[in-house]
Amino acid sequence: MLKTIHCTVNGKAHTLDVDIRASLLEALRAAGFTGAKQSCGVGECGACTVLIDDQPVNSCLYLAVRAEGKHIRTVEGECQNALSPIQNALLEAGAVQCGFCTPGIVMSATAVIEQSTSPLSPTQIRHSMAGNLCRCTGYEPIVRAIQNCQELGSHAPQGPCQGE
Amino acid sequence: MFPIESFHTPCSLEEALDLLQKTPCQALAGGTDILVKLRETLQAAHLIDISALPELCGLSLSPMGLLRLGANTTFAELVRAPLVSAHIPVLAEAAEQVAGPQIRNLATLGGNLCNGAVSADAAAPLLVLNAHLLLQSAAVKRRLPLSDWYKGPGKVALLPGELLLAVEIEAPGYSHVGAAYHKYAMRGAMDLATIGCAAGVRLGVSGPEQGCITEVRLAYTVAAPTPVRCPKAEAAALSIVAGRVPSPDLIQQMLAAMAEAVPDDVQPRTSWRADKEFRMQIIQTLAQRVTLLATERAQLLSAVKNS
Repeated sequence: MLKTIHCTVNGKAHTLDVDIRASLLEALRAAGFTGAKQSCGVGECGACTVLIDDQPVNSCLYLAVRAEGKHIRTVEGECQNALSPIQNALLEAGAVQCGFCTPGIVMSATAVIEQSTSPLSPTQIRHSMAGNLCRCTGYEPIVRAIQNCQELGSHAPQGPCQGE
Repeated sequence: MFPIESFHTPCSLEEALDLLQKTPCQALAGGTDILVKLRETLQAAHLIDISALPELCGLSLSPMGLLRLGANTTFAELVRAPLVSAHIPVLAEAAEQVAGPQIRNLATLGGNLCNGAVSADAAAPLLVLNAHLLLQSAAVKRRLPLSDWYKGPGKVALLPGELLLAVEIEAPGYSHVGAAYHKYAMRGAMDLATIGCAAGVRLGVSGPEQGCITEVRLAYTVAAPTPVRCPKAEAAALSIVAGRVPSPDLIQQMLAAMAEAVPDDVQPRTSWRADKEFRMQIIQTLAQRVTLLATERAQLLSAVKNS
């Protein structure tokens, strides 16, 4: 059964006809937002992380029909004309290897940067990023990237967006 | 795709209760447990979205000191709520240790209790705060102590057609009570407790009992088929400290008595996470460690209030 929902994705209004059985992840990917990845499907790995009303959630465990009226942000929206500060910091720190977890890492880290009022300690960063698994990097460069991004504030140099 | 047959979004509590009574529907709050279960089954579900019902949302404190936590409150909201940090910080302490940030933004207090999980992080702190549950069906509204809620592994006293509206904590449950929670798990996040332990210590505020320990409460998750309070360990503690100003020596005696008595309150089992002997060791250790922290917090509370 299909249901029509109205939401914004990366700031733009969308009207989506979604199957009541679909996760938000499936609906987003069907609508062309393939940044968020389907991986564990049970909320353990964080590869499907998107922001709903600026809060990170596992889009694999969120029914698409519940996104009515919500503001959704995906990794596609973080790279407008240039990489976002956190994307740039992840690149600089070598925090991307196979890249499968990266869209989720970017969204969780974006929420961490936006919501922390003062720079977090490495322990606090790890606690805030605990819902995202990365099997390549060993996490050190990811933690360092978030630290660097916090220190640079909004003055981080912005690199070109791939594919632009 | 999940095996979902129908999805209802009731506009009012009455409509939701009516649907629950007439159809074999399952209430969906955060969905982080239900959807994981649906991934593993082929049986199609009929879901009722209760996440927007105002009766299940919000936190409040009545003039009489009754704390009301709406069942739809997420763990992330519990961590941030000023009302929680001011009166029942032990619940925020436990909420912060649930899964990871993405789950905490969706998973609700009510879902954690209705799921009946023996490892529910909210259960142990709420047991030591003497929490009650407010339940409603189309016909009846009732109030149940959390200690009567758990009926077995994954089994709770929720009747067909009933919704959990809120968790209520009365003033004697939390005022002048120092409390603490420790989650013993193999990983620092995204893990279920091997043993969860909460303790609460209440100090007398006036008369001959001023400064004396008047109540000791201890509760565990994963230490028995359901989350449990520990009446024997609590009685053993009080038999040492009741009516006396607790000196460091007396507190040590109290903790030792609790560690000795607590095995009679629990029935840990062997699972792939841990052997029952190991769990018993953790149970006895945490009885002392968490009760000591709760005692220190109670003393700090009374020092702040008297200064």
